[in-house]
Amino acid sequence: MKGIRVRLKGLAKHFGRVVALRTLDLDVRAGEMVAFLGPSGCGKTTTLLMIAGIYQPTAGEIYFGERRVEHLHPRDRDVGMVFQSYALYPHLTIFDNIAFPLTLKKIAPAEVARRVRQIADLLGIAHTLDRRPGQVSGGQQQRAALARALVKEPQVLLLDEPLSNLDAQIRVQARGEIRRLQQEIGVTSILVTHDQSEALAMADRVAVFSTGELQQFAPPDELYRRPANTFVARFVGYPPMNLLEGRYEPGAFVLDDLRIPVPPGHPAGRGWLGFRPEDATLDGDVPGRVTVAEALGRENLVTLRIGPAEVKVLVPQGRRPAPGTPARLGYRREHVHFFDASGRRVGA
Amino acid sequence: MRRYAAPVIFLLPATCLIVAFFLAPVVTTLYLSLTDISVITFQNPQWVGMGNYATLLRDQFIGRIVLNTARYVVLTLLFNVGMGLVLALLSSSVHQRWGDQLRAVWLLPRILPPVVYVLIWQGLAREAPYGLIGTITGSSTSWITAAPWAVIVLANGLVGASFGMLIFTSAIRAIPADLFYASAVDGATTLQTVRRVVLPLLRWPIMFVTAYQTLSLLTSFEYILLLTDGGPGFYTTTVWSLHAYKLALSQYFGNVEFGLGAAMAAVLVVIGIVVSVAYLRIFNFRALVAEPKIEVN
Ligand SMILES: Nc1ncnc2c1ncn2[C@@H]1O[C@H](COP(=O)(O)OP(=O)(O)OP(=O)(O)O)[C@@H](O)[C@H]1O
Ligand SMILES: [Mg+2]
Repeated sequence: MKGIRVRLKGLAKHFGRVVALRTLDLDVRAGEMVAFLGPSGCGKTTTLLMIAGIYQPTAGEIYFGERRVEHLHPRDRDVGMVFQSYALYPHLTIFDNIAFPLTLKKIAPAEVARRVRQIADLLGIAHTLDRRPGQVSGGQQQRAALARALVKEPQVLLLDEPLSNLDAQIRVQARGEIRRLQQEIGVTSILVTHDQSEALAMADRVAVFSTGELQQFAPPDELYRRPANTFVARFVGYPPMNLLEGRYEPGAFVLDDLRIPVPPGHPAGRGWLGFRPEDATLDGDVPGRVTVAEALGRENLVTLRIGPAEVKVLVPQGRRPAPGTPARLGYRREHVHFFDASGRRVGA
Repeated sequence: MRRYAAPVIFLLPATCLIVAFFLAPVVTTLYLSLTDISVITFQNPQWVGMGNYATLLRDQFIGRIVLNTARYVVLTLLFNVGMGLVLALLSSSVHQRWGDQLRAVWLLPRILPPVVYVLIWQGLAREAPYGLIGTITGSSTSWITAAPWAVIVLANGLVGASFGMLIFTSAIRAIPADLFYASAVDGATTLQTVRRVVLPLLRWPIMFVTAYQTLSLLTSFEYILLLTDGGPGFYTTTVWSLHAYKLALSQYFGNVEFGLGAAMAAVLVVIGIVVSVAYLRIFNFRALVAEPKIEVN
């Protein structure tokens, strides 16, 4: 089985006066895994439910391959979906839950049983099949929901925060499992999450949303290295990128009475200067003063006040300056990010 | 001793109420049913043992009354539960504003006094010139005499269905929306979702409404009394509770036989218990009752 290409064109959804999704154009390749990453309430679930056929779009088109599907009932779309709540049927056993989509297709009972057992074995929940959802653990429920979504071998798999109810350890393990399974089956998948490490670790490409709008759609390393605007710059990467708002003059960024020298390629007039804490040092030439120094384990995170702003700097473990001591900020010029006054990226 | 204090204190008020208002009347009824107490023998009733029950068995109309009762309860119950389900499903699947209005309309008959409600039925269903339908069609047949059972079931059902409707609606509302979405994505049509997801999840409310309405129908006769008074003709629509009422409280010549009426009531109590146990079996009650949420120890 191979996944199918999914295209969204001018997709929008309004609930009365609430705009859940302004307009979205997205092209997901066959067999690709795409993550929707964004803060709470930005329209991720809404988009997923439109692709599944639960919500009618207010405007726009959805293509599976060459077929337009937005007028089709969910059962004619061939999608599998894992809900954030898992949405297992509480009155059915795990077996019957997984078998549910197959029995609706009038598949012979022997074949149903064979396929249910196969997927249950694959996901390691074969021993829970005769129990009800209330009688298995959260991780097992999550696998049962995934099994139910996959058992009918859909062309598109939709995952709405499938891991957010699991504890940290199982979560990292389940992350890898889902990714491996998805690549094995080759099903085109869309994963909704507001955990950036999950999105970066699992997806081929990540679509970053802010309220109702797509901000950037790119592979994880590109999101990290070339954020398209200040929203993505702030949202992706931890600790978040330092962003200073000021004015560009030839060869320098001016912040009140501080002048920070910058490499060529910068915009003119008002704008933003960005650099990540790991690209910053305490051995530069911009005068500042340490306010906080936190130990993160492998490194220390030092907060520095320079002029009117605060910046964060990651320093090796051995170095932990006391609050109040003066320090001089520097940064790696090759890893600098320029944004214009509206927050859009300038230059490479 | 201490460990039993809390359960005893919690259970005591309910136990007192049950004894005073449930057990005591049952015992009194059972006792009266074994005497020949009536208006005539009121001062000095005689112990007659199973005499009243023997009289019941010898009554030539008793078979007919039993059949009538079964027909009344089963037909009305089917209408009430079925219509209640249909209304709940319909009114929850349209926009909430329309659903609320649909339900409000169905609740109207419930707030009418039964006598007024029956008068409206008579105003509709009787022959010209008393009934509206008869007058419009110029027909001289009264629906109440021509099809008494249909009128009785409908008159009861139009009121009774709203009970199930309310219970089922709130139960449907309590089902998380994700389950409906999941079922649609899994490939179910609306009807399949209703049959395979909604109805199983409504098992407990359905059992509750069925059991509750069976018991109240067994003992309710006011609409029959007002609509047909057990007729037309001889015992055509007389049900057990109506017969008991007439024997015990409203006989023609004023000779009301409390003892015989009590025997009939006692039979109803037994039937009620048997039916309740049967329902618990049918709906597999034990599987419905979860472990206690509060542990007392
Ligand atoms: N059925 C609805 N009726 C009205 N407004 C809705 C409805 N569903 C969602 N919304 C609104 O649309 C916006 C987007 O909601 P959505 O559920 O898609 O967010 P989300 O990105 O999935 O958020 P989260 O990460 O919290 O799950 C929110 O402002 C929400 O309040
Ligand atoms: Mg959501």
